[in-house]
Amino acid sequence: MAKTQRVHVKLNGQEREAEIEPRLLLAHFIRDVLGLTGTHLGCDTSNCGACTVILDGRPIKSCTFFAVQADGRELLTIEGMMRDGKLHPLQQGFHEEHGLQCGFCTPGMILSAYALLRGNPSPSEEEIRWGISGNMCRCTGYQNIVKAIQNAAAKMQQEGVAA
Amino acid sequence: MIAKTSPEIGGLGHSVKRKEDLRLIQGKGNFVDDVRLAGMVYGQAVRSPFAHARIRSVNVENALALPGVLAVITGKDLEKAGLAWMPTLFHDRQMVLAVDKVLFQSQEVAFVVAEDRYTAADAAELVEVEYEELPVLVDPHRALDPDSPILREDREEKTNHIFHWEVGDREATDRTFQQAEVRAQVNAIFQRCHPAPLETCGCVADYNTGTGRLTLWLTSQAPHAHRTLFAIVGGIPENNIRVISPDIGGGFGNKVPIYPGYVCAVVASLKLGRPVKWIETRSENLQSTGFARDYHMTAEIAAGRDGRVKALRVKTLADHGAFNAAAQPSKFPAGLFSVCTGSYDFQKAFCEVDGVYTNKAPGGIAYRCSFRVTEAAYLIERAMDVLAQELKADPAELRLKNFIPPDRFPYQSPLGWSYDSGNYAAAMNRALEMAGYQELRKEQAAKRAKGELMGIGISSFTEIVGAGPAHTFDIAGIKMFDSCEIRVHPTGKAIARFGTKSQGQGHETAFGQIVAQELGIPVADITVEEGDTDTAPYGLGTYASRSTPTAGAAGAMAARKIRDKAKKIAAFLLEASEEDLEWEPGRFSVKGVPGKSKTIQEIAFAAYTNIPPGLEAGLEAVHYYDPPNLTFPFGTYICVVDIDKGTGETKVRRFIAVDDCGNIINPMIVDGQIHGGLTEGLGIAFMQLISYDESGNVQGGNFMDYLVPTAMETPHWETDKTCTPSPHHPFGAKGVGESPNVGSPAAFVNAVVDALAHLGVKHIDMPLTPWKVWQILKQKGVVD
Repeated sequence: MAKTQRVHVKLNGQEREAEIEPRLLLAHFIRDVLGLTGTHLGCDTSNCGACTVILDGRPIKSCTFFAVQADGRELLTIEGMMRDGKLHPLQQGFHEEHGLQCGFCTPGMILSAYALLRGNPSPSEEEIRWGISGNMCRCTGYQNIVKAIQNAAAKMQQEGVAA
Repeated sequence: MIAKTSPEIGGLGHSVKRKEDLRLIQGKGNFVDDVRLAGMVYGQAVRSPFAHARIRSVNVENALALPGVLAVITGKDLEKAGLAWMPTLFHDRQMVLAVDKVLFQSQEVAFVVAEDRYTAADAAELVEVEYEELPVLVDPHRALDPDSPILREDREEKTNHIFHWEVGDREATDRTFQQAEVRAQVNAIFQRCHPAPLETCGCVADYNTGTGRLTLWLTSQAPHAHRTLFAIVGGIPENNIRVISPDIGGGFGNKVPIYPGYVCAVVASLKLGRPVKWIETRSENLQSTGFARDYHMTAEIAAGRDGRVKALRVKTLADHGAFNAAAQPSKFPAGLFSVCTGSYDFQKAFCEVDGVYTNKAPGGIAYRCSFRVTEAAYLIERAMDVLAQELKADPAELRLKNFIPPDRFPYQSPLGWSYDSGNYAAAMNRALEMAGYQELRKEQAAKRAKGELMGIGISSFTEIVGAGPAHTFDIAGIKMFDSCEIRVHPTGKAIARFGTKSQGQGHETAFGQIVAQELGIPVADITVEEGDTDTAPYGLGTYASRSTPTAGAAGAMAARKIRDKAKKIAAFLLEASEEDLEWEPGRFSVKGVPGKSKTIQEIAFAAYTNIPPGLEAGLEAVHYYDPPNLTFPFGTYICVVDIDKGTGETKVRRFIAVDDCGNIINPMIVDGQIHGGLTEGLGIAFMQLISYDESGNVQGGNFMDYLVPTAMETPHWETDKTCTPSPHHPFGAKGVGESPNVGSPAAFVNAVVDALAHLGVKHIDMPLTPWKVWQILKQKGVVD
């Protein structure tokens, strides 16, 4: 075992801490050490976006980010998306518009969409496509993902809530 | 037409929202890499950097000395256990771990097991392998040259030739060509590409030394077949193997074969008595697992000057890589490629295919494809456009003139298939109407006059799916039936288990709808389960668009058996004779006696609480469905492109897809399948390429080099349907998952070639990268 380092993060609102190797990737830290497996790995080269998580409000690809870089910072993963025991409008939108098939890209896709809607609550189709262009989906052809995000944006506008 | 049930029942034709979504949108799916067991350790393959090399030595000392390393397995170790080689799914064998030499870059040479992933990766670096490089064979056209190296020294026949396969009437076809007024020819390469599902392949092998049972969580599209093969090859009694195929992150044919990593993980678990996890990286996935296509094809059409096609002649060279690891029915070395006469009424046809070995990853698998039908559809649809160019005919009109007419079904194709049903002109006309075809042609003429490049591409494909009838189809000897078992519980809820395995197709919802349609039990009350070989009935799995034609049919048939028994129970409860009962979804009533009826839920309760004398208790059934024929979905796709002269970049402006897959279970899911398949077709047409340099180094080995479409390149798909039910399927369905991927590559390529046709361009091989198109524009003097 190489030299270890203590890392402390706030993950989905909960304080979590662990002693880890400095080379441990954030995606493995979240999955293997903290035990939340909703964050997936699809490529190792930060192309596919399946590992997207929100770090201090911004989306990052956790497969090419060291866990120690997240020390003292705040993380949001798919497991933290529910609000008051209810699905987030984005989660609802993906279900209602058939925005997922195998579901492997879905957590990362939802988190990228979350980051997009935080900065731009009513994006155009073009802006949505740009917003998720760092996330690959091999099943849906993106069309229903776009609709899912539009569905969520409309719902949030209607209800006056932010992402 | 099939009677539509109420939305509450949610039978066929309802866009029922998917049940599987709820766990997946919360990050609560259970993919293979999510499986965590006490004492679990990690495996990592050591891979060859060379495409062809003799192994002089493998030194594992340093790797074993690393703290945390538990074992290093080499080819020599496996050889002692008789496991250095394993059979492929197609009459060949493949090295699990190389013993004497390696045959492709990234081939597995050793397998390291350690307490955690990082240590396993470290240890893999410490395994020292001494190689002696050998001459490399990359070009399949050179495979049979006398000066090319013989790759498979293990085989008795010292040649790189794997098989010759031919079908059709060669002489009659040749004679027709001799007399033909018009001939058209296209030489087309369907490039090597990779399905690249977003989840790579992997497994967790857990051999329990107490019980002697092996539990294998596996990224498997065919868990039962894999269990049997592990039993036969590994010598473990089949009752002691449980394969669990959990949530699968896309398959597209990539997860049909058995890979060396799975076998090594099993061997390691047997050796260590601990659960062993092995998960590929993306590079390992792209460089070593089942590729697709790599068909080097020539098609010639003989036709009359009136544009009527007469004969088709096809010659193909198939590059299978280092081992023939094709995943296809055992009597068909080129799969169902002989459906290459497509939607057209050819009187004569001849098709021949030769397979060869090269120093590349083994395959090829059916990538979102029913066994080489994608290659076939691409070839004929390209050839028809070349013929249209020859004749200066409109490609839509030429197709309409040559379609097999609706009154000729069931249609006997000259290469031996019996097409079940079709109405090709209906789909074509709908697509032309949606596209506004005549207006598009006018616009194109106007643009051309201004020097702008716009193209319209048409593809009117016919698929052949749903393998298949047991008299003809088997994989590794196992007949290609599929199955369903339904149990109706006392409270009227049910569980239905199938021999297939969804990888995103939505079986948990759609297959529940089949049962709901037949029994009238609301789809919400039906649990669908697949993928656990301890509980599901035996089946051949999900690929080749076979799930609905086979397992879906089995679901309907099993449900009908249950309905037959329910009728007997209803007759007893209603004190009526069975002949006096009539069925509506969810209820038996006495004819002519309003209000005298029993619901399926009441009947289910009685099956356990008030059993009629002489009947067995319970309400369950199992059905193994052997389809009488394949099904033949079809459609017409129209693609409109604009090409940027300055960059050679193609923009897909519009894409119209009219599909006919017979009766539809869930329209929402069918549309989703079509969107996804079209997008993979787009990727194949414009970007997806696994190529090799002359030393056999793979050039598309990660997602930086192997490009797949993002949301930015993907256009908005315009979809519609026609409906020509399959006459032999229990509810008239045909299957759809692959149609868009089979039919679309030709539409994209035809559109790009059409945009350049006035420059004398007749064919461009995929992928149609901006660089390739720009070079043509430069060569033709369109740009400086």
